[in-house]
Amino acid sequence: MSGSRERVLARVRAALADVPRDEAPQDVAVPRDYSPAHDRGEAAELLVDRLEDYKALVHRTSPEGLAGDIARALARRGTHRVAAPADAPADWFGSTEVEVVRDGGLDIAGLDGMDGVVTGCAAAIAETGTIVLDAGEAQGRRALTLIPDYHLCVVRGDQIVAGVPQALPRLDPRRPLTWISGPSATSDIELDRVEGVHGPRTLEVMIVD
Amino acid sequence: MSPHRSTGRAPGAQPSSGERAAGHATFMGMPPFPEAAKSAVEDSQMRHNLRLATGTIRGKREAVVSELDDWPDLRQAGKAIKDRTLRHLDTYLEQLEEAVTAAGGTVHWAADADEANEIVTGLVQATGESDVVKVKSMATQEIELNEALAQAGITAYETDLAELIVQLSDDLPSHILVPAIHRNRAEIREIFRDRMASWGVPAPEELSDDPRALAEAARVHLRERFLNTKVAISGANFAVADTGSMVVLESEGNGRMCLTLPQTLISVVGIEKIVPTWSDLEVFLQLLPRSSTGERMNPYTSTWTGVTPGDGPQEFHVVLLDNGRTDVLADTVGRQALRCIRCSACLNTCPVYERTGGHAYGSVYPGPIGAILTPQLRGTASETEASLPYASSLCGACYEVCPVAIDIPEVLVHLREEVVARPGHRAEKAAMGAAGWLLNGEHRLDTAQRAASAARSLVPRRMPGPASAWTDTRDIPEVPEESFRSWWRREGAAEAPEHTGDGGDEDAQEGGRR
Amino acid sequence: MRIALFVTCVNDTLYPRTGQAVVRLLHRLGHEVVFPPSQTCCGQMHYNSGYRREAQKLAVRFVETFADADVVLAPSGSCAAMVRDNYPRLGEPGSRLDRAVADLAPRVYDLSELLVDVLGVTDVGAYFPHTVAYHPTCHGLRLLKLGDRPYRLLSNVGGIDLRELEGATECCGFGGTFAVKNPDVSAAMGSDKARNAVATGAEVLCAVDNSCLMHIGGTLQRQRAGMKTLHLAEILASTEQEPATP
Repeated sequence: MSGSRERVLARVRAALADVPRDEAPQDVAVPRDYSPAHDRGEAAELLVDRLEDYKALVHRTSPEGLAGDIARALARRGTHRVAAPADAPADWFGSTEVEVVRDGGLDIAGLDGMDGVVTGCAAAIAETGTIVLDAGEAQGRRALTLIPDYHLCVVRGDQIVAGVPQALPRLDPRRPLTWISGPSATSDIELDRVEGVHGPRTLEVMIVD
Repeated sequence: MSPHRSTGRAPGAQPSSGERAAGHATFMGMPPFPEAAKSAVEDSQMRHNLRLATGTIRGKREAVVSELDDWPDLRQAGKAIKDRTLRHLDTYLEQLEEAVTAAGGTVHWAADADEANEIVTGLVQATGESDVVKVKSMATQEIELNEALAQAGITAYETDLAELIVQLSDDLPSHILVPAIHRNRAEIREIFRDRMASWGVPAPEELSDDPRALAEAARVHLRERFLNTKVAISGANFAVADTGSMVVLESEGNGRMCLTLPQTLISVVGIEKIVPTWSDLEVFLQLLPRSSTGERMNPYTSTWTGVTPGDGPQEFHVVLLDNGRTDVLADTVGRQALRCIRCSACLNTCPVYERTGGHAYGSVYPGPIGAILTPQLRGTASETEASLPYASSLCGACYEVCPVAIDIPEVLVHLREEVVARPGHRAEKAAMGAAGWLLNGEHRLDTAQRAASAARSLVPRRMPGPASAWTDTRDIPEVPEESFRSWWRREGAAEAPEHTGDGGDEDAQEGGRR
Repeated sequence: MRIALFVTCVNDTLYPRTGQAVVRLLHRLGHEVVFPPSQTCCGQMHYNSGYRREAQKLAVRFVETFADADVVLAPSGSCAAMVRDNYPRLGEPGSRLDRAVADLAPRVYDLSELLVDVLGVTDVGAYFPHTVAYHPTCHGLRLLKLGDRPYRLLSNVGGIDLRELEGATECCGFGGTFAVKNPDVSAAMGSDKARNAVATGAEVLCAVDNSCLMHIGGTLQRQRAGMKTLHLAEILASTEQEPATP
């Protein structure tokens, strides 16, 4: 309905008759007196606290200990087959016995048959306990981290930022982004929060310092 | 389902023609607010459900808002960014269109609900599909898209848990964030047990009313639907003009399912949902989750820009919706209502909403924001819309919690002016005129006060006619023997202080005689 | 200090006791009170009901009546808020009314503000040996932002036993014409407020606004709850020699 485009825009312009014609958008002042970051101590520690608050399982590990910790987590979970992005580092899976299926266009049923998925992330926000995926390195496409019921996410220390304002400049809006703060949840029944609905019901996070 | 609400119709709503026939509940034909509110206030189960729910969410919001010492600054920034957007909306709309198109999306413009429904129906038909999954969206509720799709033989499946509850029970939403807030767990279990089977996977036989079990039942009920449906319809919390990105905040993962798995995605977005730049999200992604669900961040936020080869829907359409918004925009006082980011903090804090629930507001936009948005979107010509600006005691709690500082009381009063400027309301206008005349002359007031005092013994405890609205539940104050001004003339001036202080004798003031 | 009293139409007509208490209190503290007789009403009811023109006329009367006052005391939170918060919206920018409001409004105070901020006193030497719960009215709380001023004044009253009111910040449901336009919701709010008030076990419910107290008090009285309502001024004016009776 190309006709409606002009109609809507004309209505908008008519509605804004009170706005001086020489006013530019930037002329409308936006005070940005809010804090660029809230000082709440060490970022990784805060991230752990916030993630746990949202009922995620969290571990802190070292580059050397990562493969062993991943292996133990997958074993604890009782997984047999987990998916991983094609470009996830091979040494993540150096210690596990579990079958790791690299995503090369698994169909939905194939993903649904996985016991879990292991990925990295693009950034993590300490203050809000948020992990951001951007479908970039070691993350894979969005469906990969959505359909399996268990998501194990590896966060490098240098990916952690203090707050939301520090995260946005690191992220490319042209990529599809998924911000994850704990496992899926609902508060739709008497506003009582319940973890685990349609998204992965278990989120486990490895922070590599 | 509790028997007294088994029709799923809003309390006090008149059945409208064709409502049952179409198989959908509707807000059309709702009575004016005071009438609808009366039945709602009498529904003690619903009042109990609401009190519990809004009390919980208020506490959570307060906790996460108070932990940010720069909250007032974020609020001012949010307000200003939205004001900038609204004052230059034409510029930003064109910018958004260009960015979305460049990223591989298609932009459609809809002047009203009919046009939007026609566009969406046509897009779904073009895919050859007859089922669509939906992410909770206020805009599509507003235009009654599901009903329009049903007319075309297309079934829209709501996937948000609360929307699912509303859809299964053929009910109406009563809250912006939690449309089934008026239902408690026992009622929800009944709805799931009775109705899930006719929409797909049935509820388990021995379903309990534990919220965990109910959430699990919803997961099982919708799982196949998510994995197999080829078309999804969503709204957007924000549309970023400079990048063409859409932003959806949610909790359950139903949003991610709809935004990721289908081949075609159609987003119906109100023209006021724009924010100018990507970095402006740093303000709103702090304001919205804390105001809305009372969380530091909601479990899932998805952003996407056009289409991404090999990832998610390969066909993406945005329908930019006016449907009365430009009328709101044209009102320089009422315009601020378009700053709304649909957090529902005003509903959760409103003492009127807590007692009436959402249905009484006769619109998908209930509560304080609905009381200013609905009459502006639809006009105040009909009795129901004209009653909404009065659905408030002007206590100001809504303004206090609004993350984009919409002065709801100011707009309510402004809309009341609009209502009384219309023909009608003769008795009230006469009374207000008389009171204005009386009060605009101290001698007239004095005379009236004397008359009232002289007749004070004649005032009955319960009054007839319009005054009964007061005396049905409250005693009226006793009229005093004389007014203050009458007393002052006799004694006030004579009662001089022992010494007229000029502020220099604080010792005498502090800790004076007891 | 010379204080111009804007007693308000509700107090003038229905609660002269409150005006008399204000006069007694301020005299006791050594201040002069004047009552400009041309005063009537601030226009709040008209303004809030959408009758802007009537409200404008009353605003003009108000600013003319009090133009020369050093400070104006309005012993009603909502009336003080009407002048300070809404009068600036009434006149066209730059108009005579607009300029007069800009000049006068900052000198208009509620009783607790006048005492604490202007007169610098929190102990007014009152004596009131009763249990009291304080209800912070909406306009006092959210428009005037009275904060803890009334509590500070009350806590210094001799013999008083202050009780905490559950759900204190929630509206009582009066809301001017709201009380009759939406009587069912108003009554439901009023009865919840009354229940919370009674649950404090206090003898007296106190507030800075008699219109709210008229609604809550009327509800309490209809329910034969036995609890009384008193304006803050009456408790602060009370002394051993001239006690206020609940």
